[in-house]
Amino acid sequence: MSKRTVQFKIYRYDPDRDEKPYMQDISVELEASDKKLLDALVRLKSVDDSLSFRRSCREGVCGSDAMNINGKNGLACLTDIDGLPQPIVLRPLPGLPVIRDLIVDMTQFFKQYHSIKPYLVNNDPAPERERLQTPEDREELNGLYECILCACCSTSCPSFWWNPDKFVGPAGLLAAYRFIADTRDQATNERLDNLEDPYRLFRCHTIMNCVDVCPKGLNPTRAIGKIKDAMVRRAV
Amino acid sequence: MNVAKRTFDAVIVGAGGAGLRAALQLSEAGLKTAVLTKVFPTRSHTVAAQGGVAASLGNSTEDNWHWHMYDTVKGSDWLGDQDAIEFMCKKANEVVVELEHYGMPFDRTDNGKIYQRPFGGHSMNYGQAPVMRSCAAADRTGHAMLHALYQRNVRANTQFFVEWMALDLIRDADGDVLGVTALEMETGEISIFHAKATIFATGGSGRIYYSSTNAFINTGDGVGMAARAGIPLEDMEFWQFHPTGVAGAGVLITEGVRGEGGILRNASGERFMERYAPNLKDLASRDVVSRAMTTEINEGRGCGPDKDHVLLDITHLSPENIMKRLPGIREISIQFAGVDPIKAPIPVVPTCHYQMGGIPTNYKGQVVVPKDGNPNAPVSGFYAAGECACASVHGANRLGTNSLLDLLVFGKSAGETVVEDFQSGQLKLKPLPSDAADVSLARIARLEGQTNGESVHEVGLEMRRTMQKHAGVFRFDNLLKEGVQKIAEVAERAKHTEIKDKSKVWNTARVEALELDNLIEVARATMVSAEARKESRGAHVRDDAPDTAENPNGRDDANWLKHTLWYSEGNRLDYKPVNLKPLSDDVEPIALAKRTY
Repeated sequence: MSKRTVQFKIYRYDPDRDEKPYMQDISVELEASDKKLLDALVRLKSVDDSLSFRRSCREGVCGSDAMNINGKNGLACLTDIDGLPQPIVLRPLPGLPVIRDLIVDMTQFFKQYHSIKPYLVNNDPAPERERLQTPEDREELNGLYECILCACCSTSCPSFWWNPDKFVGPAGLLAAYRFIADTRDQATNERLDNLEDPYRLFRCHTIMNCVDVCPKGLNPTRAIGKIKDAMVRRAV
Repeated sequence: MNVAKRTFDAVIVGAGGAGLRAALQLSEAGLKTAVLTKVFPTRSHTVAAQGGVAASLGNSTEDNWHWHMYDTVKGSDWLGDQDAIEFMCKKANEVVVELEHYGMPFDRTDNGKIYQRPFGGHSMNYGQAPVMRSCAAADRTGHAMLHALYQRNVRANTQFFVEWMALDLIRDADGDVLGVTALEMETGEISIFHAKATIFATGGSGRIYYSSTNAFINTGDGVGMAARAGIPLEDMEFWQFHPTGVAGAGVLITEGVRGEGGILRNASGERFMERYAPNLKDLASRDVVSRAMTTEINEGRGCGPDKDHVLLDITHLSPENIMKRLPGIREISIQFAGVDPIKAPIPVVPTCHYQMGGIPTNYKGQVVVPKDGNPNAPVSGFYAAGECACASVHGANRLGTNSLLDLLVFGKSAGETVVEDFQSGQLKLKPLPSDAADVSLARIARLEGQTNGESVHEVGLEMRRTMQKHAGVFRFDNLLKEGVQKIAEVAERAKHTEIKDKSKVWNTARVEALELDNLIEVARATMVSAEARKESRGAHVRDDAPDTAENPNGRDDANWLKHTLWYSEGNRLDYKPVNLKPLSDDVEPIALAKRTY
């Protein structure tokens, strides 16, 4: 790929300066080495240093640069620029309060993550060596533990938009099932009690936006289904 | 500007592996602790570590900490301190097993134990054959580890200050450390964190180089703060270039790929490592492999139209094994190299990866400086762990998987030392000097008022290009001398950078300008220390210090078996002895020898 100019339409809002948000039309000339959307944003920022966004690892593992790209949530660092219809429309993740430009307040998202007690519970005295787990039991955690907490899923979920304070959301529920599925964890009952509620778990209507947007290819809907199965099994 | 003051027993700067491990120690002991972090904890760069963490568990092959210690000392090219290395290798099993108990999803062997894979420079029986020592969660070990540590901190109710950037270290007239100043990114407010103990766990500074596997946030904040506050930096000439960064993109491809059987090939398809390291081949130490690759490229045997990279080949491995053990690498290759490694080899080049040097500490995590004839006198109230610190366990070259081990062992050790010092009543809340925040306020005011300055982006780019050209894999006297001059010029320009964005709210332009101040300290330290060291050792290899009978591999133990100390003020250098004596009588000192693989 050679040098080329790319058109953007970017959500801008600086509460220190702007009365209200606006969409900024802006274009930037990219170098041949600029391949990902994040490269373009860094290039844009070298021209206008006020453009604000989070970023860190630039390889899709830290979860910082989630945003709404042409109407769909994704990570800027894993999104190829070429192939995106222009102008590329960038907005902050939907459903969370905007702090500035593409930066949202993620307090509610992390509150829900914390609410599922995202840590292993095992009250047996710690053995001298590792607790044993068969490779098959360990495989149950694949597709669950890889979550990067970018919030692409929860902020694409209409149930989370409507009830961010009551519905745990796909990311938190995926984490909940990650511990339920872990043979080393002893708190399955408490975990299910914690979710047995018309809102916390059951606001999921299997719309599957979460699956569609997850940049790590994870499937929160399936995990939610398995939590529901576990509740049914426990009831009979 | 109004400066709020907050008081804690301890303040930890950084919430990567080392900071979180230290925080656990303090939170579980009931100390009132503040953890400051520029990013939400799970976004720290520990998350990007891939291949594993070293521990001689011996789950798949026979192993013991003596072998691990030998490999680490040899890997360090004898610049590592043997007391700290013994401490780390002995503690490895304990800290890795603890993580498993915290819930870390390690892969498993058939009998249910933690899965271990071979890694570069790790051997059995003192260099005889590769050993399986790297404890792994697929190729996402850092992610699994960081999340497990964060989760354990959630359980321990650790208090985080997320998206706060520490600005400057506060020291009083005695030189004791009293805390830090910090910027809350959301509001732009400056606060003082006044504490009895301050632990730096701010990670590396790999962003001084143009091509780096490091994240944007790896700007050497702790290292820069320490240097500005008069703490010398140790062994900053030693930078690890990881053999396998994706060509053009810089993104890391784990050494675990070679641990699982991957092979490096040149343009003619030759497995060239057989010529450079007949015994361990592709699993030789990182500095050795990076130099071999660079030599292949320099001598015209590179691949691609510009002959500027080599190939990492795993096409001979079964797709099932690749999907199971290296799923993240496959994703990265497809994303950033445009190749599926099941079908085609990955283009790779040596890429700046890790800072062996840093803030000088002892094995307890105390920051130490020369004072009254003692080269290692602890600075009261100041501790450091992880990549920002130099214990020194990595010496002139770090072995793969020893970084995750370093941050666990010394994060825990620093935490334990603070708890002990706190409980013994040794740590006092000393009164803050009246000018505690003045340096930080002056830096902020300078940025606020600066006009007609250069952009942070331009100056930073010049620094990165200069480092890349003048202090790379191979080093040359004339380039280093020029580099010292050029970095001094860049440092001068950095004093006059201008930001257009003056907003108080989430001002990332301001953050990047403040980060550049830290990077500049690291760049100066690196260039000056490298220019001065007239030998080849580990990752520091000069063309005017070649392999001779007198100085094997160009290493000159008679004159240079010593740690560098660089002081920011006056660009001054000092040296201190390497500790060749282990911590206990359990092991004999590992005698100096020529390093071959």
